[in-house]
Amino acid sequence: MGEPLLTVSDLRVSFRTEGGLVQAVDGVSFDLDRGEVLSIVGESGCGKSVMAMTLMGLTASRNASISGSIRLGETEIVGADDDSLRSIRGERMAMIFQNPMSSLNPVQRIGDQIVEQIRAHRDVSKSEAMERAVYLLNAVGVPDAKARARAYPHEFSGGMRQRAMIAMALSLDPEVLIADEPTTALDVTIQAQIIDLLMELNREMGLAVILITHDLGVVAEIANRVAVMYAGQLVEEASLDGLFYDPLHPYSWGLLGSVPRVDGERPKRLAQIKGQPPSLIDPPKGCRFRERCPHAFEACEGPVALEPRAGDPGHPDRCLLPVEAKRDLRKLDSGRIGLEEAGAGS
Amino acid sequence: MTRFIIKRLASMVLVLFAVSVITFLIFNVIPNGDPAVRMAGKQPTETQVQAIREEWGFDKPIYVQYATTMKLLFTGQMVSYFSQLNVVEEIWKGVPRTFALAIGAAILWMIFAIALGLWSAMRAGGISDNLLNVFALIGISMPVFWLGALMNQYLGFELSNVLGFELFPNGGYVEFSESPWQWFHHLILPWIALSVLFIGFYSRVLRANIIETMDEDYVRTARAKGLSDRRVLLHHVLRNSLIPVVTLWGLDFAVVIGGGAILTETVFNLQGVGQYAADAIGQLDQPPILAVTMFGAFFVVFFNTVIDIVYAALDPRIRLEAGDSA
Amino acid sequence: MNTAADRAESDLQEFDSPPAVTGGGEAGIGPWRLAARRMRRRRGALAFGLIFVVLVAVCLLAPVYADLVAGSGPYENHLTDQVTVDGQSVNVVGYDGIPIGPTWQGEFLLGADGNGRDVAVRLLYGGRNSLLIGIASAIITTILGLIVGLLAGYFRGWTDSVLSRLMDILWAFPVILLGIALGTSLALGGLALGPIDISGGSLAIPIFVIAIIYVPYLARPIRGEVLSLREKEFVEAARAQGMGSLRLIASEILPNVLSTALVFFPLLVANAILLEAALSFLGAGVQPPEPSWGTMIDEGVQRIITAPALAIVPGVMLVLTVLALNVFGEAVRESLDPKAKVRIEH
Repeated sequence: MGEPLLTVSDLRVSFRTEGGLVQAVDGVSFDLDRGEVLSIVGESGCGKSVMAMTLMGLTASRNASISGSIRLGETEIVGADDDSLRSIRGERMAMIFQNPMSSLNPVQRIGDQIVEQIRAHRDVSKSEAMERAVYLLNAVGVPDAKARARAYPHEFSGGMRQRAMIAMALSLDPEVLIADEPTTALDVTIQAQIIDLLMELNREMGLAVILITHDLGVVAEIANRVAVMYAGQLVEEASLDGLFYDPLHPYSWGLLGSVPRVDGERPKRLAQIKGQPPSLIDPPKGCRFRERCPHAFEACEGPVALEPRAGDPGHPDRCLLPVEAKRDLRKLDSGRIGLEEAGAGS
Repeated sequence: MTRFIIKRLASMVLVLFAVSVITFLIFNVIPNGDPAVRMAGKQPTETQVQAIREEWGFDKPIYVQYATTMKLLFTGQMVSYFSQLNVVEEIWKGVPRTFALAIGAAILWMIFAIALGLWSAMRAGGISDNLLNVFALIGISMPVFWLGALMNQYLGFELSNVLGFELFPNGGYVEFSESPWQWFHHLILPWIALSVLFIGFYSRVLRANIIETMDEDYVRTARAKGLSDRRVLLHHVLRNSLIPVVTLWGLDFAVVIGGGAILTETVFNLQGVGQYAADAIGQLDQPPILAVTMFGAFFVVFFNTVIDIVYAALDPRIRLEAGDSA
Repeated sequence: MNTAADRAESDLQEFDSPPAVTGGGEAGIGPWRLAARRMRRRRGALAFGLIFVVLVAVCLLAPVYADLVAGSGPYENHLTDQVTVDGQSVNVVGYDGIPIGPTWQGEFLLGADGNGRDVAVRLLYGGRNSLLIGIASAIITTILGLIVGLLAGYFRGWTDSVLSRLMDILWAFPVILLGIALGTSLALGGLALGPIDISGGSLAIPIFVIAIIYVPYLARPIRGEVLSLREKEFVEAARAQGMGSLRLIASEILPNVLSTALVFFPLLVANAILLEAALSFLGAGVQPPEPSWGTMIDEGVQRIITAPALAIVPGVMLVLTVLALNVFGEAVRESLDPKAKVRIEH
């Protein structure tokens, strides 16, 4: 495919707080290719939303410090000035958010909110921009788009609002769409519709998507590649099949075990990962998952790099267990997860 | 929308009625002693008191008294027994002055409140923010009549003596039709004096609203759209922060016209409605006080209703909450 | 738009759940102790609280000052007397009617007023009256506001309708107009309601008037809180145990609305003092010759051209007192209930 569209290397984001320095994103690197759907999964508070905001250049506060590099084509985002960031936001990279209920301005008509974005970047008349807005709303499946463009957000249902958000995000044909938990706040049936819409856009327009979620069900439907994030770091990166059929990090097993499986034998109860993620103020040295991991041993206290350990260069992980031991311990196919078994036994 | 307006107007009529009853009770029933004697003022003669008793129906049952009071008031027959002047006519003379004072001050305090609120919200926690907070607290702690009297004395009177010309006049009012410049010139100090309290209050409210709004998801969306900081601030943050403040503004404007301007008018000798009432207090002349109280409260209730309706027209969410789908 | 600390907070909220980011030390502490701890950190506000206490103490010592230092009571005229200043004998009130200014000695420390009365003595006695009116009326407002709010919120139905409508109507009057109306009509005739018999010139009139005016400002928020409290589990539980309504209100609900009453109290005192001054200034509050800061400012403003100190001195005392209460009150509000919206007119 040649050059990747977006290259993130050794990204670090930290915040100064009363309690100390919070290392929210700690050395994350990945590539995003054209037309690819990359999913970043992890628990609440693992730093994935902070990372998403940082990709957009929206982590701007005096207390934040950002290092590393985010390259979109030829453009470096880390450290870029406000003007060049503004020309990227909405234009080349767009974002949709978790809560469509509160993500639209309550006192501005839906159509006007889209028009505002178009006119912030393009020198077009209001009516031209509005035409485009109606076209987009129609394209994302808002019925009677011309009339609905004049509606206020509170007159839209949750699913319709998320469609409107997507229409807005697409208004300038961005290269990358960052979707931060786009379906979490929606009903299950609506979730499926939104996911279908994102897939369609990906397939038909070749839109590259970074999907941030904690829901592996969503990931399975849409992603090409998956990166698992834990406590500010990526712990495993793999193709969709690679992660689902050959997960190499015990944390990934835990995540997979917490998804109810429709096919195959159901576990008696859903697996849970014991314990809490570590504080990001002073994270443990070595493997950060160590304290919750039933298979931890002495070496886990030393440094662990993210590197290919199972032979496949496209499938690195951050666990020191021998590959055979991993494949033995996880027992994914039986519907029981190694973690659960170990947890139940203790 | 029509149903909303009708509902709102109906409740307004009820409140107006209740307000008139309360006012009537306050003046004619609750206090001790003969109401006719109180109406008559400082040194009434027996014949005067007798005449008042008959005119106001104080020897009749209480509901007749109420009806008579209302009739005197709304047919414009109420007379001050101290000055023998018609009360309603005197009030009408003062209305343009009170409005001139209130409208100018309301504009002034809103402009300054927005500017200062934005300024300190942008610099929250900084030195200038803390300093503005201190000034705001001093502003809301100062009695307007005291501040006004000092301004009138030192900026209006002493400063003119020092300078040899009137940078600010020493109180009084000039009709707009007579000289627009003089009108404006005479209102500058009263406008400022009346605004100080409100600037202090509003700038703090706005600051808090702005800071709260900046955390809203839709502001994050606006930034993600690639809008300029200025546009995000003015169109998304400020606009939403202003909604509750604008309601407050309407309410306070009504309160200022309905009586809040009494002290300012008195200190600067503007001869508005409020000063008419204030002068009447000094003479213990009750009919003007009764009339101004009634009209003042009426205006506040009426204006609040208007604001509600305008607000419902502006903010589509309100109508929904009020259970009106049209 | 890169703004300060607040934005840092907003960035931190991007952590879906705070992973022990803020210091966890405040977990097991009751709300009152937490408020006390926050309050203790606000040295500036505490200093202003202390200023208020000192002002009250000084005003309470008015008789001592009058006897021992000034040698003159608050009502004593010295129109034709002379006082020795710097070894020279000076008329207390000049032949042109201009009273003596501040002498900076025991007698007539702050000068004399138009009737030859010692301003410093009257300032302290006036302060006693102003503070008495402010504090007494705030106490009455608090008691009435609690009663109305608790009854309306707890019993709902017609009790609520009647009380709430009554509050709405009182609320409809501009504060100053209602004060003038009640103040003048009562000052003329006094009040005789059943066993209550108050003469027109009594201080009880302005106390009563101001107390009544502010009741809706407290009763409304209290009612709102009670409405939601009565649905809470612990109230339901107490009700299910057969606890009577009044006992339930007193033991379960009242303690939970006390913090609101406490937030209002210093601000009520401040506004009551300001309203007293305004009413007295207009002649509808404290009646001469009884001193109060309001009546003294009134007398001072009338003589502002020849003796500006007569207006400035009581005004400064008034502003200092009210400012102290406002600063202290704001800190109390932020410590107890940072989200409380307190609004009192004057």
